[in-house]
Amino acid sequence: MRKISVEINGRLVKGEVEPRLLLGDFIRDNAGLTGTHFGCEHGVCGACTVQLDGEPVRSCLMFAVQANGRRIATVEGMAPSATELHPLQQAFHEAHALQCGFCTPGILMTMEAFLRAEPDPSPERIRAALAGNLCRCTGYQNIVTAVRLAADRMR
Amino acid sequence: MELHGIGASPLRKEDWPLLRGEGTFIADFKRPGMVHALVVRSPFAHARFTRIDGSAALQAPGVIDLVTAADLPDRGRPIPTRMFKDEAANRFLQKPLADGEVRYSGEPVAVLIAESRYLAEDAAELLNIDYEPLEVVLDPDAGTVAGHLVVERGDVEAAFAQADEVIKEEFFIQRHAATPLETRGLVAEFDASSKSLTVWGAAKIPHVNRRILAQLLGWDESRIRLVELHVGGGFGARGEFYPEDFLIPFAAMRVGRPVAWVEDREESLRAMNHSREQVHRVELALQRDGTFLGLKDTFVNDTGAYVRTHGMTVPGLSISMLPGPYAWPAYRGEYRSILTNKTPCGTYRSPGRFEVNFVRERLIDIAANRLGLDKVEIRRRNLIRDFPHDTGTLFDEHPVVYDSGDYPLLLDKALKTFDYEGLKRWRAKSAHRGLGIALFVEKAGPAEREYARIELASSGHATVFTGTASLGQGVETILAQVCATHLGLPFDRIRVVHGDTAAIPEGMGSFGSRAAMMGGAAVMGAAAKLRRQVLESAAEQLEAAPDDLVLAPDGVSVRGAPSRSVPLPALSVEDRFVCELLGFPYGIHLAAVEVDPATGAVRVHRYAVAYDIGRCINPMIVRGQVAGGFAQGLGGALLEEFAFDANGQPLAASFMDYLLPTSEDVPDLELLITEDAPSPLNPLGVKGAGEGGTAAVGGAIANAVADALGVEVTRLPLSPQRVMELARA
Repeated sequence: MRKISVEINGRLVKGEVEPRLLLGDFIRDNAGLTGTHFGCEHGVCGACTVQLDGEPVRSCLMFAVQANGRRIATVEGMAPSATELHPLQQAFHEAHALQCGFCTPGILMTMEAFLRAEPDPSPERIRAALAGNLCRCTGYQNIVTAVRLAADRMR
Repeated sequence: MELHGIGASPLRKEDWPLLRGEGTFIADFKRPGMVHALVVRSPFAHARFTRIDGSAALQAPGVIDLVTAADLPDRGRPIPTRMFKDEAANRFLQKPLADGEVRYSGEPVAVLIAESRYLAEDAAELLNIDYEPLEVVLDPDAGTVAGHLVVERGDVEAAFAQADEVIKEEFFIQRHAATPLETRGLVAEFDASSKSLTVWGAAKIPHVNRRILAQLLGWDESRIRLVELHVGGGFGARGEFYPEDFLIPFAAMRVGRPVAWVEDREESLRAMNHSREQVHRVELALQRDGTFLGLKDTFVNDTGAYVRTHGMTVPGLSISMLPGPYAWPAYRGEYRSILTNKTPCGTYRSPGRFEVNFVRERLIDIAANRLGLDKVEIRRRNLIRDFPHDTGTLFDEHPVVYDSGDYPLLLDKALKTFDYEGLKRWRAKSAHRGLGIALFVEKAGPAEREYARIELASSGHATVFTGTASLGQGVETILAQVCATHLGLPFDRIRVVHGDTAAIPEGMGSFGSRAAMMGGAAVMGAAAKLRRQVLESAAEQLEAAPDDLVLAPDGVSVRGAPSRSVPLPALSVEDRFVCELLGFPYGIHLAAVEVDPATGAVRVHRYAVAYDIGRCINPMIVRGQVAGGFAQGLGGALLEEFAFDANGQPLAASFMDYLLPTSEDVPDLELLITEDAPSPLNPLGVKGAGEGGTAAVGGAIANAVADALGVEVTRLPLSPQRVMELARA
């Protein structure tokens, strides 16, 4: 067992974990933040995407011990308050960019980092940045619309 | 506060928790003292075994119990079919655990229960099972027949005898599947004092599955409660009664603690229902001018190793829906649903129709090419023009009678809206460009009845209880809209409850595009009844005619005299909508593609769908349904395939090999939704909109690729390798 401490959404989460424990399991079970979902556990679907020191990573492809001393952001940390949404979340709501919502947290974490890097992306660039996240419900077009809408509002 | 009734597109009621990471999907749900189950699965496609040695596994850290077939009542009772039952097929039903013989790679052979999933997986390595591999059957033509049906109407032989031309072809549709992004899971808890079970993680058909679980346990249904949490997509496969739906509750009773099970993706791709695999040998008889005289089809439906809950649904829908939107003087269909050593099958969005729309629409293009006829005109000439139209086929036991339609009108609208002439010019400008058109009839609203109850509170809020289920499609939103229109309270005052057998006495669930049609009509009935009761009682108190009253959240008042008012009463009203017949929405898919013969890549330049759904409750949600359905159809047309090696080992058991479409594969969909033919079968006029986006993608894309390459496409998917082969041919 290893002692680790990880900053998640600004809160320090400590734990004693097996080296093999996935980062995603640590976030879900130890920190109790179940908004991060596992869709494939082999790094393809992107549902488990979180941000590690601001960069999107797949929490199924990292061990919790590798995040020791680092800073994690998850979907639960996005909205500014219990009664407001982040502009990207609000745009997803308005553009009907989610149906079942299972892939949504991973897509939000990927796109939030993307818009920080590219605040004014073309639809083609959005599609390229989104291609590592699978969505089975929407056919993606409303997600592209939502990201573009959020970009307009956030600039 | 806006009403947001039928026809509006309010923002969805479902979204808020899902956007904030506050949803409760099954893997997020925990009970005190909960332990974890791992289903141990066969690594062989066909093998015998005599012994499961669990002695080492049971000694492993954290292991609590091991369940094998010998532990089950009657060594495991077969899981019954719930639709398209076929007596003869009952010999091939799946039992919860394999007992001495496994018949597909992925078949459950044991359940390990441990303190965590990690520990259960460790222990599974220590299980010793003496498998002795047997010969495998993978070729659909070589399998045992589980179901056989012939449908014939009109004089088929005479039709073929008088034909100017007979087009004969063989078509293949590959095995692929629904593949929702959330894998299946359950949490079961047994309460010893009341001898009752609660199972969380139900989806699609909670009440039906409660009945099946009660039947398998030999219990009264009242001792079982099924609860639906957030559901990460269904598309036909999720929510059916699988072996685990018995095993996890059974394990909870054995160990006396709540048991959780969540499958991983590799399990899911081997264990959840597959679908679509069919081989059609089909013949079309027609006159030189393109008039259809007759259609003959003999097809094989590969149903995998067992007959699951859907029974003969997929071949049954295929045989009844092959005729499509055309008038056929004579039709003969014959299916054999056969067993192979592959994952058992069930439905996937637009079941049977995705397959036969590909077959029929491809066949018509081949006929047009052979006779030198225009591909739109040959279709227009043969469209059904009079409604209702009895096809002479059956859906389960219900006659397939197209309820309403104006097919030529939609065809004209589609060609104009999507600038078909412009597309033809685009096509002519460069080589390797192709256009494909495919027409289809969908179906909506099976399972004859649906339940709704509305509870009105004096605070001016209403709660709708529905027997339908949510799979992410937006059912809470659209049912609240129906209630808003017919009760007269605004959308924001209405809450929708679904998927809890303790709160809702009956329900048939959500599948086959039935929730809007059946669930919506039931909510409309209850809302109208409730409104009438409220107004009649207020009319008496206010000494006014009901027609002169205004119903609002703060009470009922006399029109023009708001001070004469009474508060809303607390009142509960229920209703059931019953409809023996199906609704038949219909549509057109248009594909424009560019093919690269060197790489085999198919680039979709434009894709358009015209779809008449009778009446549209929420345009935003309908557009979302069609766009999402199209993406799934495109996966089936170009990418997705469950292939097997010669030993029956799955070659696509991860998302590295089973290719779901990504944002770079799916173009924006152009969409025309029309309401020209409301259904006469329900008071809303709706027909259901869930499946038309998927229905004809195989047909339209295959026609477009064939047009681009000047060859006849007869197999799906059009993977790069297959397209390169076609380009070389």
